[in-house]
Amino acid sequence: MTFSYYPGCTLKTKAKVLDKYARASAEALGITLEEPADWQCCGGAYTTSADEIATKLSAVRTLNSAKELGRDLITVCSACHNVIKQTNYDISNNEDMAMKVNNYLKLDEPYNGETKVYHYLEMLRDVVGFDTLREKVVNPLKGKKIAAYYGCLLLRPSKALAMDDPENPTIMEDFIRALGAEPVIYSQRNECCGGYITMEDKAQASKRSNAVMDSAKDKGADMVITACPLCMYNLKTNSDVDLPVVYFTELLAEALGVKEQEEA
Amino acid sequence: MDNKLKEQVLRSSQVNVLKCMRCGKCSGTCPSYDEMEYHPHQFVYMVEKGDIEKLMNSKSIYKCLTCFACVDRCPRDVQPAKIVEAVRLAAIRQQGNNHLIPDQIPSMLDEELPQQAIVTAFRKYTK
Amino acid sequence: MQRIGVFVCHCGTNIAATVDVKAVAEALQHEPGVVISKEYQYMCSEAGQNLVKDAIKEYNLSGIVICSCSPRMHENTFRKAAASVGLNPYLVEVANIREQCSWIHKDMEEATEKAIILGRAAIAKVHLNAPLTAGESPVAKRALVIGGGIAGIQTALDIADAGFDVDIVEKEPTIGGKMTQIDKTFPTLDCAACILTPKMVECSQNEKIHIHSYSEVSDVKGFVGNFTVTIKKKARFVDETKCTGCGLCTEKCPQKKVPNLFNLGLDYRRAIYIPFAQAVPKVATIDADYCNMLKNGKCGVCAKVCSAGAINYEQKDEYIEQKYGAIIVATGYNPIKLDKYDEFAYSQCPDVVTSLELERLMNAAGPNGGTLLRPSDKSHPHTIVFVQCVGSRCDDSKGKPYCSKICCMYTAKHAMLIREKYPDTDVYVFYIDVRTPGKNFDEFYRRAVEQYGVHYIKGMVGKVTPKSDGKIDVQASDLLSNEQLHIDADMVVLATAIEPDKTARPLATMLTASMDTNDFFTEAHAKLRPVESPTAGIFLSGACQGPKDIPETVAQAGAAASKAIGLLCKDSITCNPCVAHSDELMCNGCSSCEKVCPYGAITYLDKEFRMPDRTTKIRRVASVNPAVCQGCGACTVACPSGAMDLNGFSNSQIMAEVDAICK
Repeated sequence: MTFSYYPGCTLKTKAKVLDKYARASAEALGITLEEPADWQCCGGAYTTSADEIATKLSAVRTLNSAKELGRDLITVCSACHNVIKQTNYDISNNEDMAMKVNNYLKLDEPYNGETKVYHYLEMLRDVVGFDTLREKVVNPLKGKKIAAYYGCLLLRPSKALAMDDPENPTIMEDFIRALGAEPVIYSQRNECCGGYITMEDKAQASKRSNAVMDSAKDKGADMVITACPLCMYNLKTNSDVDLPVVYFTELLAEALGVKEQEEA
Repeated sequence: MDNKLKEQVLRSSQVNVLKCMRCGKCSGTCPSYDEMEYHPHQFVYMVEKGDIEKLMNSKSIYKCLTCFACVDRCPRDVQPAKIVEAVRLAAIRQQGNNHLIPDQIPSMLDEELPQQAIVTAFRKYTK
Repeated sequence: MQRIGVFVCHCGTNIAATVDVKAVAEALQHEPGVVISKEYQYMCSEAGQNLVKDAIKEYNLSGIVICSCSPRMHENTFRKAAASVGLNPYLVEVANIREQCSWIHKDMEEATEKAIILGRAAIAKVHLNAPLTAGESPVAKRALVIGGGIAGIQTALDIADAGFDVDIVEKEPTIGGKMTQIDKTFPTLDCAACILTPKMVECSQNEKIHIHSYSEVSDVKGFVGNFTVTIKKKARFVDETKCTGCGLCTEKCPQKKVPNLFNLGLDYRRAIYIPFAQAVPKVATIDADYCNMLKNGKCGVCAKVCSAGAINYEQKDEYIEQKYGAIIVATGYNPIKLDKYDEFAYSQCPDVVTSLELERLMNAAGPNGGTLLRPSDKSHPHTIVFVQCVGSRCDDSKGKPYCSKICCMYTAKHAMLIREKYPDTDVYVFYIDVRTPGKNFDEFYRRAVEQYGVHYIKGMVGKVTPKSDGKIDVQASDLLSNEQLHIDADMVVLATAIEPDKTARPLATMLTASMDTNDFFTEAHAKLRPVESPTAGIFLSGACQGPKDIPETVAQAGAAASKAIGLLCKDSITCNPCVAHSDELMCNGCSSCEKVCPYGAITYLDKEFRMPDRTTKIRRVASVNPAVCQGCGACTVACPSGAMDLNGFSNSQIMAEVDAICK
């Protein structure tokens, strides 16, 4: 099965690891990811205001290019996913915005939210299936207690993201179980890491990251996994808690036995 | 009371502030509460009253993480984060009011900081 | 030749302030057939009615039009007045110039014009009115109460007291309902069991009351005075007539790990059980989901120990049919599920509980024998946080739009009882508003604050974080001091919204009783007929109609009983003559009317007709049961051939009204 694959800017630079293992694992699972030729940065944050049109255009271009190829779109980075899904939701539900965006872009055919957007995790759950994934695991991660960190971007706003129950999500925990490890449930898993505030207020970012890491460690986690490069940065550099943080794709590649060949 | 600004914020956010029942759950759940001078429930109430300029001049508008906890947990579906965003836009859209300028960036960088943080901050702080 | 009288009411200033009533009376005077047109300040008053009566006699009127308030308000008043002087009551028409005119218009000229048009339409209709005579139908002298909680119990006791037989159908193995799970009651702090269990016993001992426990209503047919109901008695695998309630089987059953639903799953019971010591009937029931004998044929311990020989593994569901004159719905409520609110960590932490669970934790018959201990580690909690309005007062997308009404008071009760019994425990209550309308209610809440030192904080909890050391971090806003608080709590209690029982919706369909969007039963009139359903013969008792506390429930239960008794006292009831009838010569037997009839009043007959060529032919035609028909008119609209018509609202009458309005 072939998908349009949107890596986003950070996966080409600081988060190459997230990208590399995502591709390798997809291949191992028989999924083809094709990067569109001329994608643009999603903007990093979705501007919710109705009178913001220009800031939504790059996401619409990406969505439309997948539509033209007749493919579903896969994203990995939580922020890209959040921006693209919210854009798609609003353009499907807000006629006025759809009209303005289309007037601006002058596409061959107007875009009205036709593309289906999957987060990589949703692809694993809904396309591959966690049961199939479990069968394809060659290095089960036995005995590892892993804390899934959702942050805010994967789940909220839940009406638009529609990925999982925003207060009691299971997708990452089911993913962890499929890899043979044990998920750790901790209540801060769906709270913010501090995000971009780290640029101008390290103290505030630290407070958030520590709250998340404390909660995960307190519940006995050996490791935290994330899908977001900025969460990764905050949890690693802005928290004093000594707990490894890795991308979920790295863990996946390890379990599927494709990590070493990537590193070699 | 500045009705024009209020109308702009309401139109831009598409939020109906009259749905608020003043429970304060948004402020109970907000991760940036202590850093804010005006808190999420105050944003909603002050916009209802038309007290927009106080909010625009407050650092609080740069403290919201847009984590949408208040949006998802509000019992009345008021969506306070969208109000904060609309007020911030009203502020930074004014000439010379960008909160972040490119010259500041180099001093903020470190080896690990992802691009994502920079573009997000620009989108949030700058027009 | 028609001789019509028109009577225009001022309704004080309700109509006269916006409608020029003199001009209306004057204009309608000149309508065809009108022989007298008068206006008066209060037409519904005795003097007003006398004015109408005198005119009927003096002018020998053949029909009258009252221009006044809605017919829902005073149609009956004027029909009675007309009948008292010999005019058929169905020759009275009401033009609604208040709710549909004066109250919604501001401009006097426009409103006056509209009032004249409405009057004209009524005059056009009354030209075609035919005298109607109401039929009669007999009343079965027995009542059915659906639901055996405090509402159903009180209703049944009151009906039995009036000398009528009454059956209670209860889906659980015992009657008593939610009140059996409650520890103390506000605002007097009586022990709930002490005031409820005597009533339960009274039910079982009253020879007029027949309890069908572990039973459900599976079918309802018929109509007011004459319902036929099928009751499904679910197999409990115990012969009720033999079981003595000794309880030996419930001690010997080897299946010990069955969640005890009476204690809301906070402890375990056996597969054969009696829900609690004072259960009525005190008869054991086997839980088929857990019983080894029923599941795989390997056990039989209960049958061995039962000296009465009451155990019967072969027992099947049994259906019984019974006729009733009146049905009282008392299906009650349940707390909502908390899946959508896991920011309060209910699914993550056993020490985050609902208020009903707290009732069990504090109850002497509960899992801890009445000592308040944390479910997780059975330790004594020192800091307890109560969260109000969980799932209540929400936007429709987030929860229940209504106030659950009882939570403010029971939370004050919980807080007070905890502070009384464990003075070393700190209690916080996060509230949006404290709502205490009710006799001695606000005084009760103030006692919690002033005497018992409960910390009431205006604000809301936003996030609950359970920690590995057993503490629970409660993050909340304190709106009055404009702070965000973190409380290190040992327990969190959620005042969970209540909703109608899940069985209510299918039951409403069976009864053709209307419900609101929240699945509460709708009353016939919100103010004036609060315990009757709009469906005749169906009465509403307790929380199935809306959130209620115990005193309100008991009051409503009594009111529902007295309404039902009023019906049962009659040997026969007058039917509404404004019912549908089918013109058999025009009916083509298509079933359109049957499909839309909400009351099941239409059936089909194969009837022999003489054809023009003198042959006979059997045709399928619609037949309306006038005792069941409620006169809603749905069938007349659905009928493609125009065969179906409604007495009092005939197609020609409606068209005449429309013509008069459009003239």
